[in-house]
Amino acid sequence: MNFLTEPVGLSHFLAVGAFLFVTGVVCMATKRNTLGILMGVELVLNGANINFVAFASPYFREDNLGLEGNLLALFVIVLAAAEAAVALAIALNYYNNHSTIDVDKANELKG
Amino acid sequence: MLTPEDSLPFLLGLAVLLPLVSFFVIFLFGKWLEQLGAHIATGAIAAAAMCSLTAAAIWMAQHAPPATHHAHPAESHAVISQSSVHLTALHDGEHDHDHADGLVHGEHDEHADDAHFVPPVYTGHWYSLGRFYGSEVAINYYIDALTIVMFCVVTFIATCIHFYAGGYMHEELHEVTDHEVTLADGTHLKRPGRYHRFFQYLSLFCFSMLGLVIAGNIAMTFVFWELVGACSYFLIGFYVERQSASTAANKAFIVNRVGDFGMLIGLMAIWASLATFNFGDVDRNGDGKLDPHEHGLFSLLRPAGENGLHELRVPDGMVLQGAKERVEEMIVAAQPGTTTADLESQILAQVSLWRDGKAKGDATHYGYWLLVIAGVGIFCGCVGKSAQFPLHVWLPDAMEGPTPVSALVHSATMVAAGVFLVARFYPVFAPEVLLVIACAGCITLLIGGSIAIVATDIKRVLAYSTVSQLGYMMLALGVGGWAAGVMHLVTHAFFKSLLFMCSGSVIHAVHTNEMTEMGGLRKKMPYTAYTMLVGCLAIAGVGVPSALGIPFGFSGYYSKDLMLEQAYLFRSANPLWGSIFFYAATGGAAVTAFYMFRMWYLTFAGEPRDEHRYKHAHESPRVMYVPLVVLAVMAVAIAWPIFGNYGLTNVIEQGRPIGLWSDMASLDGGYVWLHESKSHADEIRTPVGLMAFGAAMTGIFLASAMYLWRVLDPTDARRTFAPVYKFLVHKWWFDEAYDVLFVRPAKVIAACCVWIDKQCIDRLLHGLAWSVRQIARCGEAWVDQGAIDGAINWFAAKTYSTGAALRGMQTGSLRQYVMFIVVGALAMFVLMSFWSYGFAR
Repeated sequence: MNFLTEPVGLSHFLAVGAFLFVTGVVCMATKRNTLGILMGVELVLNGANINFVAFASPYFREDNLGLEGNLLALFVIVLAAAEAAVALAIALNYYNNHSTIDVDKANELKG
Repeated sequence: MLTPEDSLPFLLGLAVLLPLVSFFVIFLFGKWLEQLGAHIATGAIAAAAMCSLTAAAIWMAQHAPPATHHAHPAESHAVISQSSVHLTALHDGEHDHDHADGLVHGEHDEHADDAHFVPPVYTGHWYSLGRFYGSEVAINYYIDALTIVMFCVVTFIATCIHFYAGGYMHEELHEVTDHEVTLADGTHLKRPGRYHRFFQYLSLFCFSMLGLVIAGNIAMTFVFWELVGACSYFLIGFYVERQSASTAANKAFIVNRVGDFGMLIGLMAIWASLATFNFGDVDRNGDGKLDPHEHGLFSLLRPAGENGLHELRVPDGMVLQGAKERVEEMIVAAQPGTTTADLESQILAQVSLWRDGKAKGDATHYGYWLLVIAGVGIFCGCVGKSAQFPLHVWLPDAMEGPTPVSALVHSATMVAAGVFLVARFYPVFAPEVLLVIACAGCITLLIGGSIAIVATDIKRVLAYSTVSQLGYMMLALGVGGWAAGVMHLVTHAFFKSLLFMCSGSVIHAVHTNEMTEMGGLRKKMPYTAYTMLVGCLAIAGVGVPSALGIPFGFSGYYSKDLMLEQAYLFRSANPLWGSIFFYAATGGAAVTAFYMFRMWYLTFAGEPRDEHRYKHAHESPRVMYVPLVVLAVMAVAIAWPIFGNYGLTNVIEQGRPIGLWSDMASLDGGYVWLHESKSHADEIRTPVGLMAFGAAMTGIFLASAMYLWRVLDPTDARRTFAPVYKFLVHKWWFDEAYDVLFVRPAKVIAACCVWIDKQCIDRLLHGLAWSVRQIARCGEAWVDQGAIDGAINWFAAKTYSTGAALRGMQTGSLRQYVMFIVVGALAMFVLMSFWSYGFAR
């Protein structure tokens, strides 16, 4: 079976979602810039959202999530917006205290 | 509400409770009320006096008192039928009883008509405290003419004294410097005033005294009896910082406990054998009939009898109690097969034989001595409260209290409560008890009178005079003069409270009790001087002797003559004892007149002996001398026979208890108590009146000769009779004798107890404590420190080291945490895959 020749189905969506997720995680793990990490988080959330939407579609599977999947995706978007607001506030405060947004400099809670 | 059955208990109950309300108000808010507290207390007692007088008016409107000396049978029957349904009902029922007349031999010829007289009485029930198999201890009331008279006397005098005390105690409104208390640094004690507290105790006292008077059973009497004792204790110790005052308060309290112990024995004898404390019959269940267990003491002891004389008869309960061994013998000797009911009826058939000593081969009067013990026991309480020999020692010391207290509590009311109780309990006393009462009274009157002759403290003179007069009352009651004793109680209450208040007024003016520092005061304080003169004349019993045609005089004249007449009558039946009693009483009358006028002359007549004190003396404020004038008027006129049938004598005569309408004799017949009405015969009144007049005049003349005209020199007399004088000044050595006989042995025993306590019990306890401490020390070392502390410390150390080991994971690097999450998630994923595909199979 060739992944590229098949008609577009669930697997393709999942592949894109997984790609976005992994990209986000890698971004979070490697970036030292706070804003970069926040972007990584957004990628992870969006990867999850694609999965929800894909599982919600009645064209791919008989036992789909239906409207609930879409609704969950909407919730995730709202959450992401709230999280972004809080996280940006944290970033600003962090900048005020440390004059930088390099997260490696924040190690006051080191054990 | 308009019938006396309802209105009398209501009015008198209100009169009892008003002072209680005043007490609680002053008790709770006294500090803020200041002088208002006195006004509340005075208002309460004045309202109580109003209630009492209203009750008296209702009483007299309902029950016209009988003519003084001869109650007409028709009249008395009318009274019975109106007054109390239950009494007549009771006596109808009593006719069924069979009883042989054995105990009391009456000579009831000329007064047989009077014998049916049953005094009008209202009994009733307020509150039940407890029931025991049909018997009951309750708060109930017994209202007869005596109750009414006592209520009027107590509330009237108390009102006067409240007004007087409002002026007398005014120093207590501000901070007081007590000049009789010197502190360690040589200064005098300063303390806040206790004006409100004084009135608070006065109110409590009035409540207790009125409760005592209205009490319908002997248990309730006992409770109020103790309450007045407690109030007396508080009031004697009012100046508690003074050593003498607190000692006197303790003495009064402890001496009274001795008497009350006897009273408790009397109470137990009554309860154990009769199972009731009620004086009168109380229809408890309200069915209009009297069940057997609703009978009071009086109807149990004084059944109507075959001649309707209500003579003393030992009740069945006491006979059975006395013949306990005989009853047991009968039960043991009973034939097998006898039913309980049969045995019971056999025993009951024996009761009347046992009572009269007619059982076969056994002349013992079973139960009679139990009755005597009950009577003597009750009288013991009266001995303590009324300061009779041998317990009279507390009363003179009680003069440490403020003077209004002496006037109210220790002369007019509380000490007369003992006399009142004897009068109330009179139907229960067997003749032998009356002899004891008369002896105690006779000794007391001689002791009190003789000591009063030499006392120089003005209040002590009055205190010993009170002791002596109380002895008079007891003597009168003991020789069968019920009305005479009660009459003297009433007149004495008026003139003695007057005398005390006058002495208080003098003390207020000259700030000393010593008569040797007074003299000539009549010019400075005329009101006090002349009201006190009235009091002296009243107590001396000055009046025109009946031999001169118009018997007329001060109040004391009537009551003293009545008592002497009764003593004379007793002498006619019992020559030996009667002579002692009569001559003691007559001599006592002369002594009374002597010491009272000695006191008056020393205080008010002659030249001032202490110029400094004389200069500062002044008449008391109006609030103090107006009550004096009021009481002086009463002391003159209270006993005047001008009110027709509504005079004091008639009302008291109306209260004569059931069964006192015949002569009495002791068990062996050796002593005979003739009925009181016989003492009013002219052949008794004439000589006795002349003797009493002569005695009073002798006393007054002698006092005038020694202290007014100075014909005889008192110091000369003192020198001539030096041993007697010494004996009297030391109060017959009573205090010293009691010190040696009771106080010191008690202290030695106490010291022994202290030694045992310290040497034995304390050491044992200390040893026990030491061993317990050692055991505890071992326990601490092993169990506490070893096991428990070790376990907890080990756990804490482990927790700490685990925490330290895990600390390294907290690197503080955000990216590392993300890696942890990823690696962790992957690891979980791998593990779950292995689980579901590998191990779970």
